[in-house]
Amino acid sequence: MGRMCKSAGMHPRSRALLSVGLAVVSVAALAACGGSDGGRLTVYSGRTENLVGPLLEQFSDESGVAIDVLYGDSADLAVQIDTEGDQSPADVFISQSPGAVGYLDGEGRLVPLDDAALALVDERFRAADGEWVGLSGRVRVVVYNRDRVAADELPTSVFDLVDDAYAGRVAVAPTNGSFQDFVTGMRELVGDERTLAWLEGLVANDVRTYPNNDAIRQAVERGDVDFGLINHYYNERAKIEDPGVPTENHLLDADDPGTMVLVTAAAVLDTAGDRRADAERLIEFLLSRDAQEFFAGETLEYPLAAGVDPVVADLPPLADIAAPRLDLDALGGGLQRTRELIRESGLERA
Amino acid sequence: MVSSAPELTAVGAAFPAGGGRGATTRRAPWPLAVGGLAIGLLFAVPLAYLASESLARDVDVVEILRSEDALAPLVRTLTLAVGVAALATALGTALAWLTTRTDLPGRRLWRLVVPLPLVIPSFVGALALIAAFAPDGVFDLLFGFDRSPRIEGYWWSVTLLGLLTYPYVYLPVAARLAALPTSLEESARALGRSPWGSFRTVVLPQLTGAMWAGALLVFLYSLSEFGAVQLLHYDTLTRAIYSARLLDRDTSIVLSLLLATVALVVVITERVHARRRVLTEAVGRARPALTPLGRWRWPAVGFVASVVGVALVGPVIVLVQWTLRGVAGDVALHADRLVTDGWTTAWLGLVTAFVAVAVVLPVAFLTTRHRSWAGGAANTLVVSGFALPGLVVALALVFFVLQVPAFGSLYQTYSLLIAAYVVHFGSQAMRASQVAVSGVPRRVDDAARSLGASRMRRLVTVDLPLMRGGLAAGMGLVLLSTMKELPATLVLRPLGSDTLATRIWASASEGFYAEAGLAALVLLVLSGLLTWFLTIRRAEFA
Repeated sequence: MGRMCKSAGMHPRSRALLSVGLAVVSVAALAACGGSDGGRLTVYSGRTENLVGPLLEQFSDESGVAIDVLYGDSADLAVQIDTEGDQSPADVFISQSPGAVGYLDGEGRLVPLDDAALALVDERFRAADGEWVGLSGRVRVVVYNRDRVAADELPTSVFDLVDDAYAGRVAVAPTNGSFQDFVTGMRELVGDERTLAWLEGLVANDVRTYPNNDAIRQAVERGDVDFGLINHYYNERAKIEDPGVPTENHLLDADDPGTMVLVTAAAVLDTAGDRRADAERLIEFLLSRDAQEFFAGETLEYPLAAGVDPVVADLPPLADIAAPRLDLDALGGGLQRTRELIRESGLERA
Repeated sequence: MVSSAPELTAVGAAFPAGGGRGATTRRAPWPLAVGGLAIGLLFAVPLAYLASESLARDVDVVEILRSEDALAPLVRTLTLAVGVAALATALGTALAWLTTRTDLPGRRLWRLVVPLPLVIPSFVGALALIAAFAPDGVFDLLFGFDRSPRIEGYWWSVTLLGLLTYPYVYLPVAARLAALPTSLEESARALGRSPWGSFRTVVLPQLTGAMWAGALLVFLYSLSEFGAVQLLHYDTLTRAIYSARLLDRDTSIVLSLLLATVALVVVITERVHARRRVLTEAVGRARPALTPLGRWRWPAVGFVASVVGVALVGPVIVLVQWTLRGVAGDVALHADRLVTDGWTTAWLGLVTAFVAVAVVLPVAFLTTRHRSWAGGAANTLVVSGFALPGLVVALALVFFVLQVPAFGSLYQTYSLLIAAYVVHFGSQAMRASQVAVSGVPRRVDDAARSLGASRMRRLVTVDLPLMRGGLAAGMGLVLLSTMKELPATLVLRPLGSDTLATRIWASASEGFYAEAGLAALVLLVLSGLLTWFLTIRRAEFA
């Protein structure tokens, strides 16, 4: 009863609680407001802040163009841009995979890039219609556990993986963008029929599925599986965090569909409007020596421009990987069909 | 009656279930009824959007529901949710009884530590669990194994989620125990019942309401769980919703509706049954006679310690290990970003908590002080927000604001993100608010009215001061849930902003473990501190 009597007026502690609440609301309102003036670009980035943020800051400092970034999953951002339609704030899209940028190309949301920017990159690694350009490359590899796999057990082709010798020992990531891009590339190389047969062969061979590249690499490290299909970058990263990891990258035969370079890419959106020139300047900057050296040294990928060499120790230079000659545009446009094949094979539920 | 640890009671009552609420028959004033209903309708926006989309798109619902994409994952999802709810209920109830009603050594400390696993996001828990069993992980270093066990599948998922969600049961059961008279238990003990016997025959029947309340929340949480089950290789309906979200939106919408329907059916069934339960009235806090554990004293300590060890200490050790490995290897930790992200996370959580309680308060008044169909409807609509997975709520809001021009300017603002949080977690604030409202004795309010105080004056000078403990408890729960929320935050956060949860997710998925580990530790400490200030501290030392 004593406490109730004190509350004839407003209790000091509840007044404090109320004012804290109001103060927080007003601070938040202030924090939510930001000024905008002069050159300003909005970038949707499927590359994480660690993999591209410092470059965006450097461009901003040098050019005076302020940059707002939304980081997220490449495919999610592509669909988000599509959903936003002509209200999209995005000017530039940086994609971790060709599939996502190709999807927007197919939806007619990209505008052609300047010839000067396109000319910086080998035509193998840009869109034939000039609507997007590769920034860096990641090569598809088989990651394996050196403590569990003998040298003579290493496969030479992805088609080996449906053999009995690999039953229950292989991991893939069927919902992951890189894997889906690889399957699209495989369709281009060997046709839908053989690709579907291979996917079904994986399911029949008790393949194991994981949500993404890094989860596969960890599964190989733990010994849950002996082999995994991933991009080379993830194992390089793991060796930086923990030099002792027993996982190694293995390249399949040079002319095998399993050896494929997947690019990260950039494009300008049709919503850029009068910011298009700044957007193209940003993309040219990402293809400059500074930026390409960042991709080589910091993100351990293959640089695609400015004559920069990769620094990755255990993989050959890009030119020596006789990756299949692919029309990368098909990687985007064909994504829907790829997903249908993956679903049809039952791999997602494996 | 106000002095019976009201805060803890309110924490416990912050869950959707029935209880001994003294609903009165006074007619609701029409502004309150209309306002409450309008608030309920706001909560129904995502669900209504999904329903109207599935109609507008002329989706073949039957075919999608009959496909392999729906049935098998649905069964797996339900089995998981039941398993997790059962484990969490068993753990939560046992821990609550041991720490509040027995002479467990160190029980005061345990009471502070036992609810803490609630601050660990489940995907972080899964990453840590997997890492703990990896070569050179905690278990390998301790015991050494020839081959790491596969950490995956149903039982690992149930174990992990059960360990992370038992606080949802522990809190209401502990609150109920604190408010329960000890006389019955003492009589049973005097008549020679064993500790277990008196617990089973006397105490347990009084706890079923609180246990169901917590179990229901755990059940709903497990239904919409995504990250952890993916990592643990257990395929549920959320995976099917997620993988279809881009290019097969029809399937995604129908499966989301299916999930929401399951959740709503369970919520409504539980409410119907809850009304039938009759409970012994809560009484003031007399110092309860503690049940002596006798020779079970130390085994009981072992049990509590191992639960806390696995659910809390284990993950923390793994996160510290990642961080230290990064420091040793000179990996960039980006501490400056963590300060910014931590600030964003904290203020978003606090604002959301404040707004959520403010928004549901009218509904709480409507449902507790008056009997009206508007109150029941508003209440169910608010609960429906928690029934939908966060990703679905977020996507529905995105489509909604982009299609309705009047709301277009809300896109990519903190306002919309906070709105999504409020819709998703409002039901957690709802129960706490209802208990807080019913804790205000009517005669006090009546006295103020007879003295001529206006409705607003009564609210500010009488009701709010008496309710602050309960409202703070509701805020604490919403705060905690908001700070670790991932899927909706990924979709709705404004340009250039990150929370600690999105930072952990991005870092971990690209293999930046040192950074992910440090960010997760910051999140644990920050949410632990804020929640402690809001609720646990008040409950323990009030």
